[in-house]
Amino acid sequence: MDATITTEASPTEAPAPAELVNNQKMTARKVDVFYGDKQALFDVDLDIHEHQVISLIGPSGCGKSTFLRCLNRMNDTIDGCRVTGAIELDDQDIYEKSIDVVEIRARVGMVFQKPNPFPKSIYENVAYGPRIHGMTRSKAELEEVVVTSLQRAGLFEEVKDRLESPGTGLSGGQQQRLCIARAIAVSPEVILMDEPCSALDPIATAKIEELMDELRTNYTIVIVTHSMQQAARVSQRTAFFHLGYLVEEGETDQIFTNPQDDRTHDYITGRFG
Amino acid sequence: MTQHTVTGFDDELRTLSQILVAMGGKAEESLADSVHALARQDHSLAEHVIARDDAIDDAEREIEEKAVLTLAKRQPVAGDLREVMAAIRISSDLERIGDLAKNIAKRVLVLNQTMLPQSVMLGLENMSEKALLQLKDVLDSYTRREVDVALDVWARDQEIDAMYNSVFRELLTYMIEDPRLITGCTHLLFVAKNIERIGDHSTNIAETVHYLVTGEPLSDDRPKHDTLTDPVVADEAV
Repeated sequence: MDATITTEASPTEAPAPAELVNNQKMTARKVDVFYGDKQALFDVDLDIHEHQVISLIGPSGCGKSTFLRCLNRMNDTIDGCRVTGAIELDDQDIYEKSIDVVEIRARVGMVFQKPNPFPKSIYENVAYGPRIHGMTRSKAELEEVVVTSLQRAGLFEEVKDRLESPGTGLSGGQQQRLCIARAIAVSPEVILMDEPCSALDPIATAKIEELMDELRTNYTIVIVTHSMQQAARVSQRTAFFHLGYLVEEGETDQIFTNPQDDRTHDYITGRFG
Repeated sequence: MTQHTVTGFDDELRTLSQILVAMGGKAEESLADSVHALARQDHSLAEHVIARDDAIDDAEREIEEKAVLTLAKRQPVAGDLREVMAAIRISSDLERIGDLAKNIAKRVLVLNQTMLPQSVMLGLENMSEKALLQLKDVLDSYTRREVDVALDVWARDQEIDAMYNSVFRELLTYMIEDPRLITGCTHLLFVAKNIERIGDHSTNIAETVHYLVTGEPLSDDRPKHDTLTDPVVADEAV
């Protein structure tokens, strides 16, 4: 008995769990976003920690998707959209003039609400990114990337015998995992997910949620979700947006058991929104 | 607090709270009646306490069923979740209080012919009044969501502990002086212990109310006044 006790590491000697290490992958400082004259986001400061899932929650029109799209400059594609403030990826301002937007979007991938595979084969859907980015030198290498990506997206076993069939022929949940595989194929560091499960049934949703937990060992994930339960299940941190302001951000456990702001409390308990 | 968008959710939480408050009232009555029955050797009152325990048990079951249903249907979070958890926890403390009061009442029925030292009886009555006040205050703190009152109850429990210690010593003295009193005194010792345990349940409820209102658990360094574990007394007790 004594031996067992003495070999146990005391809490002070144990290494800090990954969650507690302060390693910001991305930081947003004083971010304002305007659509023409209308301001959609006000003075948002947020840290996104490496190898964690952070959920952005809030009622429709609160600015959470707008903020998500700032993180890989998807807002550049919207006419009249203006972003001010600083957003850094590994201490590098992604809105700097010298930055290559295509490279940023390769490093910060995105998965959308509705599965949107290319009208190509399953294989080509995943191979497309690595090919246009010139990331592989041989056919064999490309094939390896495709297989690994499909495996990481938890789809390979289901599609390995029909890689040449069209991606659009898969079920909704499979299509969404194909889109995740496509995003993974270009070796991103951060994956943005905009309500990735809202078009899926509960089983497909559960698979994506399970996948997110596995993916965070290699990637950093930012997810916008309307499902509070999903945010509580998949993320380590949660940020609540309301009317364009970041109201509260903290550990998911704390946000869902003891939120500090009344607006957060009212929203997550279903009192408005 | 603002209403839920789904008003049925508000109704469910309100119902839980209402059953709990009614249950608390019954537990208070049982405690008061059981000690009255003891002091006055009132058997019918004791029977009444024993019968009432079924209603208290039913209330606990009802709260548990409704709480489980609410958890399944609404998946409450934050304040709502604490509301449901508090109802489950407090009802379980109240159920135990009901059991302890019933146990006192059962002893009233067997104590009939036994000789009892009257001065100890007075001590027990004081002790139960104190425990009753604690229970009443902590239930009020639940109804009104008042953390300060709950904290007061939490801190005051040591007074009951101190009273228990003095009743314990007194009973011990009687038993040493006159072995014929041992049976009666032993019963009274259990009665005292039951009241002391009821005080503990009130402090549990106080902790739950604190958690319910603030979202923070109370730390476990409550002031204790248990000298029975002192070496000298422990020796006496052997």
